[in-house]
Order: sequence, then structure tokens, then C-alpha cells
Amino acid sequence: MSTTMNPSASRIKVQPATESEGRKDYIRIQDFGFWYGAKKALDAITLDVPERRVVAFIGPSGCGKSTLLRNLNRMNDLVDGIRHEGDIQISGRSIYDPGIEVISLRRRVGMVFQKSNPFPKSIYDNVVYALRIMGVTDRAVLDEACETSLRKAALWDEVKDRLNDSALGLSGGQMQRLCIARAIANRPEILLMDEPCSALDPIATGKIEELIHELKAQFTIVIVTHSMQQAARVSDNTAFFYLGKLIEYDTTEKIFMNPSQAQTEAYISGRFG
Amino acid sequence: MTQPNNDTSAPKGEPWVWFTSLGLIVGLTMVAGLLALVLYNGFSVFWAPPVPIVKLSDGTVLMGQMAQRRVRPDSPASQPKYERQYQVGLRELNGASYVWADEAKIVQEDFPAQTMGLERMENGPAFVTPIAFVNSKGQRVLFKKESFGDLTREVEYATEIREELNTIQRQKIGAVNAKMESTRIDLRRAEDRGEPTAEIKTEIAALESEFNQLREQAEKVKEKDALAKIEARDARGRDVVLPMATIVRAWLPNDMSAWDRVSLFFSRLREFLFDEPREANTEGGLMPAIFGTLVMTVFMSLMVTPFGVIAAIYLREYAKDGVVLRMVRICVNNLAGVPSIVFGVFGLGFFVYVLGGSIDQLFFSDQLKYNNNTPVFGTGGLLWCSLTLALMTLPVVIVATEEALSAVPRGIREASLAAGASKWQTIRDILLPASAPGILTGVILAMARGAGEVAPLMLVGVVKLAPTLPVDMVEPFLHFDRKFMHLGFHIYDLGFQSPDSDAARPMVFATTLLLIILVVCLNLGAITIRNRLRARYKGASF
Ligand SMILES: Nc1ncnc2c1ncn2[C@@H]1O[C@H](COP(=O)(O)OP(=O)(O)OP(=O)(O)O)[C@@H](O)[C@H]1O
Ligand SMILES: [Mg+2]
Repeated sequence: MSTTMNPSASRIKVQPATESEGRKDYIRIQDFGFWYGAKKALDAITLDVPERRVVAFIGPSGCGKSTLLRNLNRMNDLVDGIRHEGDIQISGRSIYDPGIEVISLRRRVGMVFQKSNPFPKSIYDNVVYALRIMGVTDRAVLDEACETSLRKAALWDEVKDRLNDSALGLSGGQMQRLCIARAIANRPEILLMDEPCSALDPIATGKIEELIHELKAQFTIVIVTHSMQQAARVSDNTAFFYLGKLIEYDTTEKIFMNPSQAQTEAYISGRFG
Repeated sequence: MTQPNNDTSAPKGEPWVWFTSLGLIVGLTMVAGLLALVLYNGFSVFWAPPVPIVKLSDGTVLMGQMAQRRVRPDSPASQPKYERQYQVGLRELNGASYVWADEAKIVQEDFPAQTMGLERMENGPAFVTPIAFVNSKGQRVLFKKESFGDLTREVEYATEIREELNTIQRQKIGAVNAKMESTRIDLRRAEDRGEPTAEIKTEIAALESEFNQLREQAEKVKEKDALAKIEARDARGRDVVLPMATIVRAWLPNDMSAWDRVSLFFSRLREFLFDEPREANTEGGLMPAIFGTLVMTVFMSLMVTPFGVIAAIYLREYAKDGVVLRMVRICVNNLAGVPSIVFGVFGLGFFVYVLGGSIDQLFFSDQLKYNNNTPVFGTGGLLWCSLTLALMTLPVVIVATEEALSAVPRGIREASLAAGASKWQTIRDILLPASAPGILTGVILAMARGAGEVAPLMLVGVVKLAPTLPVDMVEPFLHFDRKFMHLGFHIYDLGFQSPDSDAARPMVFATTLLLIILVVCLNLGAITIRNRLRARYKGASF
């Protein structure tokens, strides 16, 4: 895909809020454009996500947050008639590099979906699925991974006595936490979360937010959220999208306290969107 | 309903509820009527009603079991006159087993207690007045009510001897014959190639002497019961002598308790289910046909399921959408509508002659050459029947599997891929288990269709009477090349090909009933498995 578009004046070049701790940029999105068939969903996005940081994507419905997120682990490859331009790099290597296998990319980039989607299998089998796929058969390793992931997802106490029951018997919120446990079981480097709390009550949401804080020590996290409070609580950096364009990207503090774009301010103060 | 209705909350479309439910009621009534007819006629085969002696105004006397009653075709509809059909049995004396009698001509009907019904190995049943019987030791006993127990024991002894004879003749002599045949082939081959034949000849001699020994043994067994017989008189007062060896069952139709009738019913039912047919299939059991149907249906399912599922996976998951794929889908769907006899013709032309013929050429050329060109696989058989029906039911499984695969939520698919699973791993670990209930539904439909199919089977290997079962204790245990019996074909054969259609009529219903029950059982089994799977994969909330 060659870049046919001229970086227009409307494009906002945002410097990522890298701090001076020597963190390197982990995910680099450069001039990224994306089409579903003839429909352009993303337009010249340039954005860097630093290592072991939480970045929140906010913006009105349909602005392309999920689309961008799903490009980070190439989930959009499943859709027919897609096309992209520009590049996405993870730890310095393009994810579109022919030498990189999609499967190994996805093993490094875990994903929690907008709608919870547990497999019709037991709770245990759900959590260890990624490990089994990678060929791990050692029961002790699997047990250990199952317990730690479920504990991290704040679900262990609720399900420890019924690990062999069907995951479909869980409540909606439990299912979502199970999906989180499943996504972190094989210790990916990056965790993509698409509105992980949209189906959860405030208590479970609190637990998930705590989890995000904890996971930050090991994972780089990108979270899509519709809750301004949540974005303010959990994220280090925030990106505001509107109609497929990145309007503003800065530290969360800056975005919420002192946004440089009028649209951003209008959105976060609830005047539109 | 045309009146304007001010009450806007009243449900609209009320007449359609009635109309649609009418459709259901008509359908259900027809099914219920079918089942009632088959149940009544099927079970009455095993029931033993009282047997009258009927005197007609023209002086004829007959003794028999009433089979049916109908309006005489020549009588006016306003004043119907009836006629009755009696099963009088004793075909060797009466010429026919069944006799029609005009109801108006019946002058007297008696039910004497000593009337005896006898089921026999041949010539249909007999209804007689017993006089005496001779037991296996040669003692003659005058028949009284009290001696009926002794007579029953004699009949049972005769049955034991028949079974003994059966093992000798059918199993032992059969095995020797089979060995003899293969040795003869060896001999011909050796002669042909100019190899030494002395050893083979001694072997044949040994087999021949074994054969003769077995024959002698059989004669001796027969001797044991040669004297036993029943002396009796028929309705017209003629003396009849019935050798005990030909008698299967004896009962006193006019002098038995309700319990006796019920146990006779179940004894006949047991024979029907577990024994082999007699008398051109009009009597005896259906075990070979039941067994053949079951085995064929199971093999068919075993063949159609993997093929269908694999084809559906390719079509749904791997094939690129386009003209070709759409054409293939249309073809598959049309295949489901092709008349089954067409599959039979294809099975005969391709499976039997081409495939079977080549298998014979490749692996059984010796047999062909030295056994008068008798084909092994190049003729109809279990394998070809199962394959033909598998081909016929393939579209059902493909369509069901495709539907089941496409019904798997997209989220689950994506979750698996996002976890780093390859496409094949996703199919194997997620899609197939999740669509198993749907696939099984397809297999159930395929089984139901396959188990009831007759037309193609007649061309590719079902016969009216098979000497051996397709699965037995003789190596290699599974005889894919053998011809076998099938309930559906049995019904056709009884109903339309039987030399004695009156005698076959009740059996047609009984066999129909059995076929229905068998299909229902197969389906229930599969449905239970499917529900188990569903329960495993469906949760309480979503
Ligand atoms: N599979 C698809 N095919 C075609 N168009 C799509 C597809 N998925 C998304 N789109 C379109 O792309 C645009 C961006 O969609 P996206 O799902 O990324 O929005 P979003 O920001 O995640 O919205 P929400 O907050 O409602 O989830 C929308 O206009 C949507 O209609
Ligand atoms: Mg979204």
C-alpha cells in the first residue's frame, strides 16, 4: 500500500507523552489509513504507545477506535475487502512484515473484545486455551497459569470451585473477566481491551480498573472506553478520535485539564458525541 | 370478522390462528391414523383369538381363525352384507390357507374347548381337533385337557432338536463347505500351475469325510424325534397326522386363560424379533432383516459423517466465495432432491461394477479365475449399499454442517484467532465442538432417510433371504461383501412378491411397525446424544 494521501494541514502531529524514564516507544502507528471496501474508516493516524503504559482511545461511537485497535493484532484481516496504508510497528518491526507470522503476532498481542465471547468449553479450558494452542500440555503449568490469570482478573474466588463447569453458565460480567483472564494467560506483551467494562457493574468495573493498574507493570495496554472517568482513572495517555481522524493525543492529565483542541474539549465536557 | 372493531387492543389476525392450527390438526390426524392402523394390525399378528368351527348353509364346515370382515362388493350400500375371511391353515389338505365365507350363510358357530392351533414349519398353521399324540419314546397318549402339558413338552423337545440340527447343518456343515470351496480353488490353481496336488487332495478327502460324519450325526439327531407325532381330525372329519418335528407351537385357542394368551403373544413377539424367517418370510422372525438394517444404517452414518463434515468445512471455511462455490452449493442441494433409485443405478454402475470389479481384479483374481468367475465385491453387498446411501444422504449432512458452522458466533471465532490459534486449530477446537449438535441433527436426518430407503438397495445388495448375517463370528467378522436382508425391502417383498399374499398381509403390518419403531429408536438415540451435547455447550445466560 503506497501512501497516496498528502499529509494535509488538518493532520495533527502529536508528540507522545513519553516520560524521561527511558521508556521506548513500543507501538508506533505511522500515517495509518484504513478502508472497509470503499469506506474509509481511519485517516492518517500517527500515534506512539510507550512501553508499559496505558493508553486510552476515546471518541464518539463509530469514529474508528475499534478499527484501529483491531489492526494492532491484525484481527481486521478476517474482513473481506479491507485495505490499509501507512505502517504499524511493534518493538521496531512492522506487523505487516512478510517475515512476521500473524499467529505469532497475535500471541504477543492479547485482546479483550467489546462483547464477551467465552468458548463453549469449561472455565478451565477457556483460560488455558492459548497455552494449549501453543502446545503446552504439562498439567502443572496449565493449572498454575489458570490460577494466576483468574486471580489477576479478579475471578478466582468466584469460580475456583467450578473450574470444570461450562463458561457459558457465568454471568455477563464474570464472562468478561474470564475473557480478560484468557487474554493474559499466555503473558502477551501487549493487551488490547475494547470497552472491557461496558457490561459490568461498578464493583466489577472497579476490579477491572485495579487489574489494569496491576497489569501495567508487565503489559502495554491499549483500552477503548466510552467512560471519561475511566479513561481519566486508568490511563497515562489519551487519544481522542473523531470521524476516523486522530484529533488529539497527549498525557491524560493534559487532555482532561487543558486540551489544545476545541473538539476535544467539547467532547470530554459532554457537549457532543 | 368484517365488522369494524373499536377495541384496538383486540388481537388481529385471529382467523389465521384457526387456519394454521387446522393445517397442523389435519397433519397430526393423518399421522395418528397411520400409527393406529399399523399398531393395530401389527400387533394383532401375535394375538391368538378363539377359533370357531363354522357351519355354512351349503353344508361346508370350516375351522379357523377369523382374519378380516368386509362388506361384500355386490351388496348395496344402504343394506351392507358382510363376508368373513378365515385362516383355516392345513394348506396341504385345503389347498389355500384362507377362505372367504358369506356371513348370511353361516348357520352355526361353535367354540369347542379341545380345538387346537398349531404353528408349523411349513404349509401354514393347522387348526384341528386332536385325538392322540405319540411322544419321542413311541408311547401313544390319548389327548385330554390334562395331557396338553405333556404335548407342549414334546413340542419343546422337537424345537430343541431342530436347533441342534440347525447348528450342525447351518454352522458346522456350512463351515466345512466354505473350507472345501477355498481348498477346491487351491486345487484348481495348483493344477493350473502344475504344482503338486497330493497334499491338497488329502485335505479335500479329509474335509469330505468330516462332511459325511456331520451328515450322519445330523441323521442321528433326527432319529431321536422320528416317532413323535400328533394324530388329529380336521373340520371336515379327515384324519391328519402331523409329525412333531414340524411343529413350532401348540395352543388351545378356545380354552386358555388371559394370561396364557398374553404369554403366547409375547412368545410370538420374541420369535418375531429374534428368530429367522420361515415359509417364504411369511412366518417366523425378522432377526436377519433387523440386524441387516441396523448394520447398514450404522455403516452408512459412519461413512457419510466424515465425508459430509469435511466437505462442509471446506465449503464454509476455506473456499473463496464466488461463482464456483455457488454452483457447488446448488449442486449439493439438488443432489438432495434426486430420486433415490437414481442413486441405486449409480451405485450399481459405479460402485458395484467399476469399483467392485476392479477390487476383484486386483485382490481376488485367483478367486475369479478358479471359481467360475464368481465375483466377491463385484456384486451387490453391504459395502455398496452403505456407500450408495451415504452418497444419497451426503447433502443432508453437508447442509446441516454448513448451517451449524455458520451459526457459531463470530466472537468465538475471533477470540480463538486472537489467542494465536491457526485456522485449523480454531476449526478443530472451537468450531467443530460448538457445531456438533447441529452436525448430529444432520446425521439424524440422514439416518432416518437411509434406514427407510428401499429402492436403491434392491439394486446394490439387499436380498429377500440371506443365508448368513453380514457380521458374525467367522473371520474377518465384518463381511462387507455379503448380501443382507433389510426391513424396508422385506415389506416390499412380503407385500408384492409373496406367493401367499393373504398369509403375508399381517406380516407386512408387523414389519412396518417394526421398521417405524427401529427408525424412531435410532432417532431417539441420536437426539439424546445431541441434547447431551447441547446441554454441554449452552449456558444459562448470554
Ligand atoms: N466490518 C466492517 N465492515 C464495514 N464497515 C465497518 C466494519 N466495522 C466497522 N465499520 C465501520 O467503520 C467505522 C468505525 O467503526 P468502529 O467499530 O471502529 O467504531 P468505534 O469507534 O469502535 O465505535 P463504538 O464506540 O460504537 O464501538 C464505522 O463507521 C463502522 O460502520
Ligand atoms: Mg467499538
